Amino acid sequence: MNKFKAANTKTLKSFWQLLPVLLGVLLLASMMVEIIPALISHGILGKGILQDTILANIIGSASTGQPIVSYVLAGELQKAGIALLPVTVFIVSWVTVGIISLPAEAVTLGWRFAIIRNLLAFIMALFLGWITVMSLHVL
Amino acid sequence: MSSEKSSQANKNKSAKKGYGGWWFLLLVIALYFLTWNYNSDFINASLKHFQHLLISITPVLGLVFIILWLLNLSKGMQDKLAQLADKNSGIKGWLVAVLGGILSHGPIYAWYPLLQKLENQGARPALIASFLYARSIKIPFLPLMVHYFGMSYTLLVTFYIAIFSVLHGWLVEKIIQKTLPAQK
Repeated sequence: MNKFKAANTKTLKSFWQLLPVLLGVLLLASMMVEIIPALISHGILGKGILQDTILANIIGSASTGQPIVSYVLAGELQKAGIALLPVTVFIVSWVTVGIISLPAEAVTLGWRFAIIRNLLAFIMALFLGWITVMSLHVL
Repeated sequence: MSSEKSSQANKNKSAKKGYGGWWFLLLVIALYFLTWNYNSDFINASLKHFQHLLISITPVLGLVFIILWLLNLSKGMQDKLAQLADKNSGIKGWLVAVLGGILSHGPIYAWYPLLQKLENQGARPALIASFLYARSIKIPFLPLMVHYFGMSYTLLVTFYIAIFSVLHGWLVEKIIQKTLPAQK
C-alpha cells in the first residue's frame, strides 16, 4: 500500500512542478498561433531565397502546435511562390526547434541541454532543408 | 564519465529549483492583461486557442501520468528503461530513441516529465535529444505532406530527419560534454 502511495506522491510532485510552466507555455503558444499567419500574410516572406530561408527558420522556431499546421502553412507558402528551401526549413524547424517550449524544456532537462539542443536544431534545419532540395534536384 | 557529471549537475539544479515556474506563469498572465488593454480581440482569440490546446493535451498528459506512475511503482521497469537509454545501451538505445520519437503522440510538453525521469535515472542526453528530434516525423500526418509536396519529397524529408536525429543527438552530447565546467 505504501508503494502505491509513494508512487502517487512522486508522480503528482513531478506534475505540480511542471504545471505553471506548462500553462505559461500553452498561453504563449496560443498567442503565437495568432501572430504567425498575420506575419506571413503581411508579406514579410518573399524577399529572396536567403532572407526567406532565415526568416522561415526563425518563424518556424518560434511557432508551435501540431506539425499538420506547419504542412498546411508551408503548402500555402509554396503556392504563394516561396521557394522549396525556406518552405522545408519552416517545416523542419516547426517541430525540431522550440523557442516557446524552451522554459518547459529547461526546467525539466536543464538550461544547458535546452539551449544547446535548440541552437543545434536551428542550424541543422538549414542543412536538412538544403540537402533535401539538393537531393530532389539530383533524383 | 562526463555524462555522469552532466546528470549530477542537472540533479543539483533540480534541487535548487524554487518558484521560477510560478513567476513565469505570472509574467505571461501579466502580458495577457497588458495586451488585452490594447487588443481585446487578439486576446480572446488567443484564449480560445489556449482552450483547444488544453483539451488536446489533457489525454496525452493522462497517458504520461500513467506511464510515470507505473515507472515510479516498479523499480525494475525504471531500471530496464534507463538501461535502454544509458551509456552502454549501444545501437539498441539509438533505435529506441528514434522509434520512440517517431511513435510518440501529442504535444512535447506532456513528455518532459518522463524524459526528466529517464535523465535522472542516467539516460544519455544524446538519446533524449535524438528522441526530441525524431518527433518531427509524424506518421499519421504524412498523407497530408504527400498531398502538398509529393511522395518523393515526403520520403526524402522523413528519411533525412531520421538520420539527422541520430547526428543531432550525438552532437548535443558532445557539446554538452565539452562545455561542462570542470568540477572542483
